[in-house]
Amino acid sequence: MAKGTFKGGIHPYEGKELSKNKPIKSVLPKGDLVYPLSQHIGAPAKPIVSVGDYVLTGQMIAEANGFISAPIFSTVSGTVVSIEPRRIATGAMCDSIIVENDGRYREVDFRPLKPYEEMTAEDKVTAVREAGVVGMGGAGFPTAVKLSPKEPDRIEYVIANCSECEPYLTSDYRRMIEEPELLLEGLKIAVSIFPNARGILAIEDNKPDAIHIFRDLTKNDKDISVKVVKTKYPEGAERMLIHAVTGREINSSMLPADAGCIVDNVDTLCAVCRAVKEGRPLMERIVTITGDAIADPRNYKVRIGTNYKELIEDAGGFRAKPAKIISGGPMMGFAIFDLDIPTTKTASALTCLTRDAVSQFEPSACINCARCVEVCPERLVPKYLADAVEHNDANKFLHLYGMECCECGCCSYICPARRQLTQLIKGMRKIQLANRKK
Amino acid sequence: MSSDFRRVSSNPHVRSNTTTANIMIWVLIALLPTTGFGIYNFGMHALLLIGVSVGTCVLAEIIFELMVHKPVTVFDFSAVVTGLLLALNLPPTAPLWLPALGGVFAIVLVKQLFGGLGQNFMNPALGARCFLMISFPAIMTNFNTDAYAGATPLSNIKNAIEVNVMDMIIGRTPGTIGETSMICIVIGAIILFAVGVIDYVIPFSYIITFGVFYAVIGGKGWAYLSAQLAGGGLMLGAFFMATDYVTCPITKRGRYIYGIILGLLTAIFRMYGSNAEGVSYAIIIGNILVPLIDKITLPKAFGIRKKAKKEAIRA
Repeated sequence: MAKGTFKGGIHPYEGKELSKNKPIKSVLPKGDLVYPLSQHIGAPAKPIVSVGDYVLTGQMIAEANGFISAPIFSTVSGTVVSIEPRRIATGAMCDSIIVENDGRYREVDFRPLKPYEEMTAEDKVTAVREAGVVGMGGAGFPTAVKLSPKEPDRIEYVIANCSECEPYLTSDYRRMIEEPELLLEGLKIAVSIFPNARGILAIEDNKPDAIHIFRDLTKNDKDISVKVVKTKYPEGAERMLIHAVTGREINSSMLPADAGCIVDNVDTLCAVCRAVKEGRPLMERIVTITGDAIADPRNYKVRIGTNYKELIEDAGGFRAKPAKIISGGPMMGFAIFDLDIPTTKTASALTCLTRDAVSQFEPSACINCARCVEVCPERLVPKYLADAVEHNDANKFLHLYGMECCECGCCSYICPARRQLTQLIKGMRKIQLANRKK
Repeated sequence: MSSDFRRVSSNPHVRSNTTTANIMIWVLIALLPTTGFGIYNFGMHALLLIGVSVGTCVLAEIIFELMVHKPVTVFDFSAVVTGLLLALNLPPTAPLWLPALGGVFAIVLVKQLFGGLGQNFMNPALGARCFLMISFPAIMTNFNTDAYAGATPLSNIKNAIEVNVMDMIIGRTPGTIGETSMICIVIGAIILFAVGVIDYVIPFSYIITFGVFYAVIGGKGWAYLSAQLAGGGLMLGAFFMATDYVTCPITKRGRYIYGIILGLLTAIFRMYGSNAEGVSYAIIIGNILVPLIDKITLPKAFGIRKKAKKEAIRA
């Protein structure tokens, strides 16, 4: 079968060898745990505990505040010491619940809604909603919303996004190697929600062992199959992946469901499985601590809310002075200036680099080389968009489909003149999105 | 934590290794074979011309940028490329003031006055060549050197004189410094393909269109066709001038159209024009058409269908 792919994209240095062969290590938090109320797209959660309350592991501490929102759970047992703004990975301050860990990890009694066999599709979605599961690849879109499209019977494919195209990240890869059954189970549950759906595991061809494992596990399964996709960034971008797997194209204002697809990432599907089968809320995730500045890059299973500092310490600290620290991978992540930041539901990695490629060069004149046009997965002309932004010409920006940009960063990566193409485009998109809301 | 590493920036945080300067250096490396052959073929005077041309272009860029208080950009090496290309387009008999004049014209008039690198609408080296061609036609078409006497192979063909195609491919013919050796130019082009500086679209659509036009309308057999392909500035133009990023279309579709236009124009100029040569003018006219080509070949964004187009803009 031909490998799926899309037109455009780039091949940045992968850096996955740093942590690829390091098994997942579970770490327990040492300091206080910080739970920002906004760890997902949509309305921030609403606290339902007050300072001084004693909470158990797995106890809901903030409830969903609206349809597109998600509840947040304590991942340790202990006392709520404060509810105050704390800095999060994006650099912003966000109201957060701070829990002092008593180190006893007393759990609430997890129980599934119903025995799995008796569950209807609706029950499953409810279980996912109540477990606070959100897209853990980075966007943080509430999974229950994704799993309840308008016309469930028109969903043909549930795609497990196992591509992990972001450089340096190996958290999904380790999950696939170490707990393939959990992922598969999660995918099966998601598929069972839709009457006409099949499950597809879309795996990049740089993970041959994962491909092998899942081919083996699914060989007698009619409903689940493995689709190998080419190793290329941004293969795992939702719209690119749908195209790579099904050949269908959707634009930015359409939903995957419009192409008959639901796309969920590896960790998300694992969380779905836990939520539906065991009634366990989303409390942990796999985080890769990596980069050439880290002494011992590895993959951790962490309780959400754990401070990044603790993870860096466990990874042996810094081997060399980091020039740039990124929450997430180098293509889509957020550069952070302070390490005192909690892991959240969407924190896939912490990448610490000794070289800051961005400040090494000043942007210079565009030479019209068209590399940005070649790599743009959205088939835009980033050069024109950036020019329009520089001229503050919003109409031209919209006319050139500026809102279709997925901010993958390929154009900035490839630009030989080192223009800040993605950054300019992003800036204008933010303005336009804000105007839309008005 | 000390504050000195806390540099933040918006994503992406990594960059490819390709910069404007190393693209230009690759072009220079790719031009080495034909430059070397030109010097070997035409002697020391050719080397002097190249030196004067490159020197003038670099100096003109520095002086102009200092005068208008712009940052000096000679270290992107684009002025060196312009100077070298200009020299390769001059006859080996030219007086030394010619490349100096041409260099100033290319850098100041064609490039800097329009805003510097990336803003010129016309290839600076070709603009200067055409300017010199029109102003000093006698000097620009004097190809009589110690090694070679007589006209270029293309004018010989035009006047129905037999030419040796093998000599033309190797480069043992009169002509400008850099255009005579098809082999050396193709070696340079292969270097550029290999390192990904240029792609095949423009040169191939250009040469193939030209070849097909000549094969169909010229209709004088293979020897004639291959002489036309190997002769004059076609190879140098197709691989090194038409592919100039600044003055070619930005989309692949546009680049095909551009190559086809160049091929047709060159063929028409050569076949029906009074000059034996037509590459420079064809490329210059092509350059002028680029904004138009860009406009009509603007790609449709991923997932946008015709109907959805209006909605996407309105939304």
